[in-house]
Formats: sequence, C-alpha cells, structure tokens
Amino acid sequence: KMAAATATRFCQQLSSVSDMSPDWTTKEVSTGTTIMAVEYEGGVVIGADSRTTTGAYIANRVTDKLTPIHDRIFCCRSGSAADTQAIADIVTYQLGFHSIELDEAPLVQTAANLFKASCYRYREELMAGIIVAGWDKRRGGQVYTVPVGGMLVRQPVSVGGSGSTYIYGFMDSNYKPNMTKEQCLHLVSGALSLAMERDGSSGGVIRLAAISESGVERQVILGNQLPKWSTA
Amino acid sequence: MLNTSRPCQPQSGGFSFENSRRNAVLEGNLSELGYSSPKARKTGTTIAGIVFKDGVILGADTRATDDMVVADKNCMKIHYIAPNIYCCGAGVAADAEVTTQMMSSNVELHSLSTGRPPLVVTVTRQLKQMLFRYQGHIGSSLIVGGVDVTGAHLYSVYPHGSYDKLPFLTMGSGAGPAISIFEDRFRPNMELEDAKQLVRDAIVAGIFCDLGSGSNVDLCIITQAGVQYLRAYDQPAQKGKKEGQYKYKPGTTAVLTKTVTPLPLDIVDESVQLMDTQ
Repeated sequence: KMAAATATRFCQQLSSVSDMSPDWTTKEVSTGTTIMAVEYEGGVVIGADSRTTTGAYIANRVTDKLTPIHDRIFCCRSGSAADTQAIADIVTYQLGFHSIELDEAPLVQTAANLFKASCYRYREELMAGIIVAGWDKRRGGQVYTVPVGGMLVRQPVSVGGSGSTYIYGFMDSNYKPNMTKEQCLHLVSGALSLAMERDGSSGGVIRLAAISESGVERQVILGNQLPKWSTA
Repeated sequence: MLNTSRPCQPQSGGFSFENSRRNAVLEGNLSELGYSSPKARKTGTTIAGIVFKDGVILGADTRATDDMVVADKNCMKIHYIAPNIYCCGAGVAADAEVTTQMMSSNVELHSLSTGRPPLVVTVTRQLKQMLFRYQGHIGSSLIVGGVDVTGAHLYSVYPHGSYDKLPFLTMGSGAGPAISIFEDRFRPNMELEDAKQLVRDAIVAGIFCDLGSGSNVDLCIITQAGVQYLRAYDQPAQKGKKEGQYKYKPGTTAVLTKTVTPLPLDIVDESVQLMDTQ
C-alpha cells in the first residue's frame, strides 16, 4: 500500500534521493498501524497501536491514533498521517457545525457518512483507512468502517491497518456477540498485541478507549505490560 | 462594465509549479545524454527541540549543502515566527525559509485580529493546512516550539502536512544520531543547563555522524521570561592545523634564464571582497 502511494506522488519521481539523505527524510509519513473497534451492549471499545513511520524510521513511537470527533464519537486512523489528520479535522468541523444546527448530539452514522463523503470524493488523491466508532442515544454503540476507496459499512467488530491481516483469524474465532465491556477490552488488547508482534509497521504502546453514555474512558498499556503469548 | 476585451486574470500568489513538467522532461533528456540536472539546495541538517522545566529549547546545526558541496558554512536554521515562537527548518532550504516567513506574517496578522499573543498550536495548524494543500511539493520539515499562555509546546510538521506533538523531537538527515541522544538522556522537567547540554549533544551527534550536517550548534531558548538566541553556542568542528608548509625558500630551484615583459594596464575600478578562509 505504501509503495502505491509513493509511486503516484509526482514529487518523488522528479527528484532522486541523494546519497546523504536516508529514505526516511523523503518518504511520506504513514501510520502503518493496527486499529480495532468492537461494539458491546451500551457502547464501543476502540484500540490502536502507537507507531508512525517514515520509510523504515519510526517518526513517533507514542502516537495517538484514536482521534475525538465529538464528545462520544471517535475515529481510528490508518494510512497516510497527513491525509487522515486533515480529514479528521475537516469532519470535526463539519460535525460540530451540524451538531450546533441540530441543537443535539450528532449520530455516529452522520459522522461516518461525513468521513465517507470526503474519502470517496477524493479517493484517487487520498490514502486513508478509517474506523468510526461511538455512542449515540438512537442506536447505542456503533462501529462503522470506511476503508481505502471510500466504502461505508457498519460492523459489530472491525479491524484495520497493515497489522489487521494478522488478526482476522483471532478475531473471527474469539469474538462473540453480547460481550461485556471488560471482555471487549481484553479482546482488543489481546488482538492488538498479537498484530504488533508480527507487523513491523505496528508497535509501541496500546491505546484503548471505551465510549458509552457516561462518557469516554481512556487507558494506555505500555510495552512491558502487553499481553503475552506462548511463542513470544 | 469592463473596459478591456481581455477577461480579468485572478491574482495568483503563492508557489508556482508550472515548470515541474518541463523539468521532468528535461531530466529525462539529460539522463539519456549521461548528465544529471542540478539538485535543489537542501539543508542536510540536524534540528532538535525539547520541552524542559521553564519552556522549550530548539537546536540546529549550520551547514547548508548543494548536493555534495557545502554551500553555506554558517546558515541560520532557527527562524523567527513570533516573539514567543520559533521554528527550525529542514528539507529544501528555500521552502523552509519562505514557509516560515509566510507563517510569521500570517501569525502577526492573526494576532492583531484576535488581540491576543499567538499560540504555538495556531502556527502548527496554519503550517499543516498549507503544506497539505501543496501535497508534499513544498519540501520543508519543521520543528515549531514556543511558550504561550497555555504553556510550553513543541510540534513537528512534515512536508505532506502531518504533525506530531511530543516532549522531544529531531528532524533532518541527522535525526537518527540526534534522537539516540534524546532517547538515552531525556527526562521530563529538566533544568536549564542540563537541557542546553542535552540539545547541544544531540546536535553534535548529528554534526559528527551525518555528512549533511556540520559546522556550529545554534540554540534558541524560549521561556515565559523571553527568548535567548545563542548563535554559534558551540563550534565542535574546528579546522585542523596544517602540519607542514607548502612554500619553498627562494633558491630551492635553480633559475637558468629570466625574461621580463611589462604589460601596460590602466586600473578602471577597484573593489575588495574579504573571503572567509578560517
């Protein structure tokens, strides 16, 4: 995915890399990544790793990829750091404006549709894989995934980013409907830990957030506290 | 009612990339003949910043390179944005210079409009929105640091428009050596002298371990009380002393014949330019 993005960038083809500059001074900043979101009764649990890379260099090892869009709506960002930060800022503005007009808390579906609108319209220029998750009064906890290309679909569980490929099996076999918040936190932290172990572009710490009617609870699991598995 | 028959041309300011396609074609033609096109002057560079107890410290080396030649031995990479906000620039020298100047103007206008001293986050937001608009064609990587009413902040902004907020940062071709110094010795809430030493050591690591960085260490200390710009805080790379002499005593070579032909010349104009041979 990274290669496709850099190949289409006109700038990279124009100037060749000098011997003095390592590739991480010229490659675009990517959020490599493993991101995940799970619905439970009364809310959602979202999680992400914390690694941002430029080529083979880790530009930020403690990134926060869980970005608040509104009081009880978050998005998990993967793909180009610049693209996802810019889209998230735009959607935050649009949703905030909409919420003031409505004089009500916005729906998660609205936020997801705003993401889809931007991601689909500019699909050729953007490299962004986003999971929108949150709680609203109408439908409770919801997870919507907006992958590269601008599709929008609601799923009870969703994983994304380069590390997600390693945990589809784990997710399919371990997710059960109607889990509690604690079970969801355990599932997400376990899955992210496995992906970070195998994917070079994912790593650092695990950032988790639980969003429900009462608000948002955030936590960080540091490197030495990550869930351990038998082959590690 | 328009008096001219030509439609009005909208004023197009900012950067112009009209020659990008022409340059690409020229580069292709030149490489067929075996030549390479001239490269944009990059600042090679090691830049770094940390947040310490009383504010932020920004550091930079002072070498500007033209491919493999040092174009400027003592350039200034720490740019003024606002009285309480400074910015280190890496990447293409011209882009970093002009971008920071534009930000400085915008921030002053914004500050006059709001009636408040500028915030570091404002500078970062304007920078990243502009760089994102240009999709990475403006090759400037920047470290923005300053102290405002909300406290001391440090941001890094990349050419494509992404940003990171961290307590310590390094960028440029010498970022690798410099970040290793920070990862080893950085602690939150350091004292001023320790913090200055740490940033100095990080830049020195870049100067010695990266070919694109060299010459002196510049520091810029920003606190609530004010700004201290320490140009040439340290000069670790001294020119070596010559061991021997290349001049020979007159008489070393025997003179066989000598012919003197005077050339009549009139002095039209005389000007003296001092060259820095140190």
